[in-house]
Amino acid sequence: MEMERTRIEIVDCAKTYPDGTRGLEPTTLTVEPGEVIALLGPSGCGKTTLLRLLAGLEGADAGSRILFGGQDVTSRPVEKRGVGMVFQSYALFPQMTVAANIGYGLLVRGVAAAERKRAVGELVDLVRLNGLENKRPAELSGGQRQRVALARAVAVRPRVLLLDEPLAALDAKLKESLRDELAELLRRLGITAVHVTHDQHEAFAIADRLAVMHAGSIVQVGDAETLYRLPTHAFVAEFLGRVNRLERDADAVARGVVKIGGVEWACVSRSSEASVLVRPEDLQLGPLRHDWAAATVRHRTFLGERLHLRIEAAGQPPMVADVPRDAPFQVGDDIGLWIAPDRLMASMETAT
Amino acid sequence: MTARSTTSAPAPLLFAVTLAVSLFMLAPMLLSVMAGLVNNYSTGMKSGLTTRWLVQVWEVYGETVGASLVIALCCVAATLVLGVPCAYMLARSRSRAARAFEEVLTLPVAIPGLATALALILVYGQMASFRQSYGFILVGHIVFTLPFMVRTVSAAFQRNELLAFEEAARTLGASFRQRFLGVLVPAVFPAIVAGCLMVFTLSIGEFNLTWMLHTPLTRTLPVGLADSYASMRIEVGSAYTLIFLAVILPVLWALQALAATLQRRYGT
Repeated sequence: MEMERTRIEIVDCAKTYPDGTRGLEPTTLTVEPGEVIALLGPSGCGKTTLLRLLAGLEGADAGSRILFGGQDVTSRPVEKRGVGMVFQSYALFPQMTVAANIGYGLLVRGVAAAERKRAVGELVDLVRLNGLENKRPAELSGGQRQRVALARAVAVRPRVLLLDEPLAALDAKLKESLRDELAELLRRLGITAVHVTHDQHEAFAIADRLAVMHAGSIVQVGDAETLYRLPTHAFVAEFLGRVNRLERDADAVARGVVKIGGVEWACVSRSSEASVLVRPEDLQLGPLRHDWAAATVRHRTFLGERLHLRIEAAGQPPMVADVPRDAPFQVGDDIGLWIAPDRLMASMETAT
Repeated sequence: MTARSTTSAPAPLLFAVTLAVSLFMLAPMLLSVMAGLVNNYSTGMKSGLTTRWLVQVWEVYGETVGASLVIALCCVAATLVLGVPCAYMLARSRSRAARAFEEVLTLPVAIPGLATALALILVYGQMASFRQSYGFILVGHIVFTLPFMVRTVSAAFQRNELLAFEEAARTLGASFRQRFLGVLVPAVFPAIVAGCLMVFTLSIGEFNLTWMLHTPLTRTLPVGLADSYASMRIEVGSAYTLIFLAVILPVLWALQALAATLQRRYGT
């Protein structure tokens, strides 16, 4: 089942609520045809507002423009916008069977019963709900409900698929297996999709590109690896994973270096920053050597597959190192610390 | 491990109190039913059992049974048509006017029925054909029972999941009519059934308003009951109670059973 591939263009789209609060700052974003993009951010960052503006469930401020395939849909009501939406709670109609839920969009469009039956059958096959057609939503598991919601949303062959936290209602174990399944299903449909989530692992697994949002604005757009390795904003670095913040005094800033435990690293990032960031897994630990920084292990947390060590080095606040579980270091050990210079990330904060 | 009963230990005092209260409540009912079946209440059972009072009541007041049932059913129909859309609007509107309207709607429950009836008579009493029809009583019953339907159904419409159902139906292209009748009403169906049951029960037993609104040719069961108590032998009044119970109880039980079945089937 192939879907239409539509380009989404969001141009200067903003939302101000009647009470004056700004739900979304003017935002511009283009989603390529067939692409799955994730809007990622903490609650209140504007990701759900942007999704509801795309759906037409909220009206955008004057001057905002939303285009589907080059066609301006900004003033089209939700009923005529041609979107499919999967809600966080799934919002399956409780009194209807699985088949009736999936076929509802076709029913209200006046599609003949025989054609409806054929289309519903095809979707039931696609999302592997065979044998459950006559069950009611209350009789299904969380994962099955999510698949019914998806099938119902794509049954009307929407131009754009919108997913509002589609896995948030599931428990952690199920979430992990279902996110790969959802990603695979979206690829098979080939539909342009916008996926809202606050879970970075879910976004990594499902989306082609991520738009990280903060305080009503998109901070950075890119694929998962670029965002993780080369964040252009401290917020992106911190939201996508743990980071250690390394401080630089005026002298270090002036000379373009970072000082850790008596050793200096050349700083690749902008020289005026008061701090640089480094991920816990990029700290390399080993025996003390003259060209490595001297550090001491202060705390050791065994996490099963990984080991987290809190270490202290002269001139820096405590750092967390993420090392393999067989690393021999114990609390109190004096160790050597080395960081590959290209793993130092800019924090985009200027020295004061 | 031995099988032990999970029920609590017997409490003889509690049982005795329950029994005493039950007897105290049941005695008037039983005595009233008995009074309707004996020849002479003052001499009691010795005077022998008879059905002549029942026959007499049926001859004089028989039409009130049908009238009451028809009015109650019409009242349910009217509160459905008026109340369900009204409940939806009240649930969706956040304006102050809507809250004020909700308060006004509840007034007929708080104000004595006599006052409501008097107001109706003052305004519409001159329209003779309306005043002399059962429609006049029906209007009074609708005014009194509407808030019960609206409150019950409105609470159901306000649930967050109902908002999500509505948005889901909209993204699927459903018009207001399609989603209201096809999605929202079925989703609050248990509440609507509960509202209907309450309206039916209230209408059947309504006396205050009806007593003011009725004419000699338009009487309901409770009005006829009052009339027989006031103007005839005590045996006749008691026989009337018996008929009231015999007619109303099976209807109420049937409706309760229907409601329970529907709740089981459509409840989420």
